[in-house]
Amino acid sequence: MAPILQLKGITKQFPGVLANDHIDLTLNQGEILALLGENGAGKTTLMNILYGLYQPDEGEILVNGEKITIHSPTDAINAGIGMVHQHFMLIPVFTVTENVMLGSEPVKAGDFLDRPKTAAKIMEISSQYKLEVDPNDYVKDLPVGVQQRVEIIKLLYREANILIFDEPTAVLTPQEADDLFVIMRSLVKQGKSIIFITHKLREVLDVADRIMVIRRGAVVGEADPKQANRNKLAEMMVGREVNLVVEKDIKKPGDVILSIKDLVVTDQFKQVMVDKVSFEVHAGQILGIAGVQGNGQTELVEAITGLRKSVSGEIKFKGQSILNEPPRKITELGSAHVPEDRQADGLVLPFPVAENLVLCTYYKEPFSRGVVLQYEKILENSEKLVQDFDIRTPSSLTTVGSLSGGNQQKVIIARELSRPIELLVASQPTRGLDVGSIEYIHKRIVQKRDEGCAVLLVSPELDEVIELSDRIAVMYRGKIIALLEAEEVAKETLGLLMAGIVPDKIEKPQGQRVVETTF
Amino acid sequence: MGKKDLEKQDIGKTILEELTGGEPKEKRQKRGIWKILQIPALAILTGLIIGAVLIMATSFDVYDAFKVSLWKGLGTAFAEVGEAYLALITGSLGNPVEIVQALLYGDALDFRNAINPILESLVQSTPYIFAGLACALGFRAGLFNIGVEGQLFIGAAAATFVGYSLTGLPPYIHMPLAFLAGALGGALWGMVPGLLKATTGGHEVINCIMMNYIAYRFTTFLLTGPMSRPGTGGMPVSPIIEKSAQIPQFFKTPIRFHLGFFIALAFAALVWWVLFKTTLGLNLRTVGTNPRAAKYAGMNIIATTIIGMAASGALAGMAGANEVLAVNRSMAIGLSAGYGFDSIALALLGNSHPVGVIFAALLFGVLKNGATKMMVVSTIPIDIVTILQAVILIFVAAPAIIRSVYRLKQPKVEAAAIMLSGWGGVK
Ligand SMILES: Nc1ncnc2c1ncn2[C@@H]1O[C@H](COP(=O)(O)OP(=O)(O)OP(=O)(O)O)[C@@H](O)[C@H]1O
Ligand SMILES: [Mg+2]
Repeated sequence: MAPILQLKGITKQFPGVLANDHIDLTLNQGEILALLGENGAGKTTLMNILYGLYQPDEGEILVNGEKITIHSPTDAINAGIGMVHQHFMLIPVFTVTENVMLGSEPVKAGDFLDRPKTAAKIMEISSQYKLEVDPNDYVKDLPVGVQQRVEIIKLLYREANILIFDEPTAVLTPQEADDLFVIMRSLVKQGKSIIFITHKLREVLDVADRIMVIRRGAVVGEADPKQANRNKLAEMMVGREVNLVVEKDIKKPGDVILSIKDLVVTDQFKQVMVDKVSFEVHAGQILGIAGVQGNGQTELVEAITGLRKSVSGEIKFKGQSILNEPPRKITELGSAHVPEDRQADGLVLPFPVAENLVLCTYYKEPFSRGVVLQYEKILENSEKLVQDFDIRTPSSLTTVGSLSGGNQQKVIIARELSRPIELLVASQPTRGLDVGSIEYIHKRIVQKRDEGCAVLLVSPELDEVIELSDRIAVMYRGKIIALLEAEEVAKETLGLLMAGIVPDKIEKPQGQRVVETTF
Repeated sequence: MGKKDLEKQDIGKTILEELTGGEPKEKRQKRGIWKILQIPALAILTGLIIGAVLIMATSFDVYDAFKVSLWKGLGTAFAEVGEAYLALITGSLGNPVEIVQALLYGDALDFRNAINPILESLVQSTPYIFAGLACALGFRAGLFNIGVEGQLFIGAAAATFVGYSLTGLPPYIHMPLAFLAGALGGALWGMVPGLLKATTGGHEVINCIMMNYIAYRFTTFLLTGPMSRPGTGGMPVSPIIEKSAQIPQFFKTPIRFHLGFFIALAFAALVWWVLFKTTLGLNLRTVGTNPRAAKYAGMNIIATTIIGMAASGALAGMAGANEVLAVNRSMAIGLSAGYGFDSIALALLGNSHPVGVIFAALLFGVLKNGATKMMVVSTIPIDIVTILQAVILIFVAAPAIIRSVYRLKQPKVEAAAIMLSGWGGVK
């Protein structure tokens, strides 16, 4: 029997980059194929071609052994190909049912929408594949993980057989990710086939039936998850050995750089999100904030960086109060911020890489003299940072919006870490990055700490927090419910704390702790 | 944001990319001049064809001729269209035969007269350049300045007042002073909606529209009251502007070509420089493209919004000042031929880029000038020309129509997919 999907010699050239270079790919019915590759390797491009968003320059696509052409997502859907996008394409103020029926609305007598029929079908799909949702819920009320389920139901509703997931876990909490894997397993068991893109090697090993690795647009090889290990995969991806464990000496922390006392912050609905939080970060120390997303971390970070007004309390940076000060003042005192939502806050997508790299310093020497921007200097700076941080871009004038997700992130990291700072506030600094880049960015963060910078790290990735932090604060429902030395706490205990359960006795790790890495 | 910008596909954007090098060199070189011009050229062609049909369908002569015979009808129809379009072209760009003859046999005066149609088109383009720049600057800063018309009236009134009330000043002081007064008037008028938006969040579109009404009534009041010309029996006309404040015309009447055109070009260059080469411009563009990132980068969004509206208003005021100081030499109520509203179309056509705006303004100027001539020569009502203008505009602004009519290949289907290659936004 012919494989359900075959790509032959797919080639796609963008100005300055060969994004896909004669890629061959085979997907068998009922398997999960993991697509691995560095940032900018061309994974998303390949999937966009398959989904009809780009036209390949060369190559052909075969579904069930038959050659087809895909000019638009509609063609793709007709061929049974569906894609779950990283940005969900859902309408928040519609219900699940309405979102699912959108675009192929069934009608009943008199041209009325047949909601009950769709709802019934959703329930059917939902129980068949263990995709729990309530068809009558409004999408805006659903957590991200459930929104993603709605996206999957949309595809199944349209009878897609080939499902593409492009970094689905990047926006999920670890718990939600595990739920997703259960769903994926149940999908393939019932005959669907899946292409799964991720940067997290452990996920690949857990869930994939087969692994394909691409580097710089070309296939470099396949691996069997039963035999491969993370080190080997990382090496295949990056083309060199990757050190998966963060190397970090014990360091004595210096003076207090950031001190927060009884801080109260509310969200836009005046709901208290940060509830009387107090902690300190010292020079040369990394304080990690662990916690399931949505427990006030976002608001805490925004308050510290001046993006959100606090209600009460105290925030001091180097002894000086920065409570409710404007962001520029806080930046100028020597702080840097890697924002959680990079596309919304951290970048201006239609602007070139060079301008984005000076977004916080453009008004200062040497990037401007008086009011005149010094483009030679801005470009020089950009060339240097592109080199140093290995940002894969055709040129400094390329718009940031056309870079791959991981490279967009590197632009922010490069901008924030390249200036002299005493405080780094980093929200999920490695989200969406490949192992090589994670290794590099972790090294840079540790290096900043060694230089005496205070680092506040917020990450829902428990492993990343454990690996990098000197001290760990666990945030739950707006409160810091535990503040621990990183050396002294077992991962399991942290897991419990994150769920709001405070054990009687904080358990210490047994003997030499094996640090599980992020990837 | 993002999406919309990326999907926008028009002449201005293409020119912009060609000129500013927004993309790598290899790509720029690949695209020929035809690629840049094909959409506007085909749009104009299509507009002319539709206009021809309209001309035929609205002419009584044609109907009468058809009553005689089919051939006579068709003949008359095409003759009328031919006559009209010949007038349109010679009226706006000049008659090549006359130009050549003037060059060979005539004196300087003949030559000037022969090229006057082109010069007159430039005169007509000038207010469009100023007004288009006003809107474009606003768009770049994320502001929809629909109040250009009102700012233009206030600018004209301010320039007129300084122009006639001060006497005895040397031209090199009086003229710039009057012009600046116009800019200032427009700036103040534009600043009000800017302030309201920045401080209270009131939408600038609504406030601009309201400010337009106030501007109309206020200038009517001025022209019939404090600024009315004595001895006209209450006609809404201002006194004549002092010679020292007039923007000089280069040739004798009837040639009206004046310095204002070059001032407009200079301001286009200035706007380009400010937008793309200065910190203020980066502020404006960032606030206009992604306000959240602007806030993150520590930009002062309130100040930027106010400055953006004021600068946009200043340019609008200059459009008014230009008309009274260079062309009319006094202010009357029928000052603007809807420049303020056309400016929105201009800015969109020119992709809010100064160079694009200049080209769009030239197109408008040529059409408007040619239209006047067409009306004089043939019996075609000016309304047909307005329709023609609108049709061309629709086609230029919606290149998808032109592409599907002429089966052109979509150059960048890719654009829509960019948003999918990035990620990071939860919710
Ligand atoms: N629309 C586009 N225009 C120009 N270049 C593009 C476009 N889309 C992608 N590219 C380039 O093609 C290359 C491959 O990008 P792609 O998004 O496929 O990478 P990826 O493997 O998905 O990376 P990541 O893991 O970071 O998401 C990158 O160098 C990128 O800059
Ligand atoms: Mg990608």
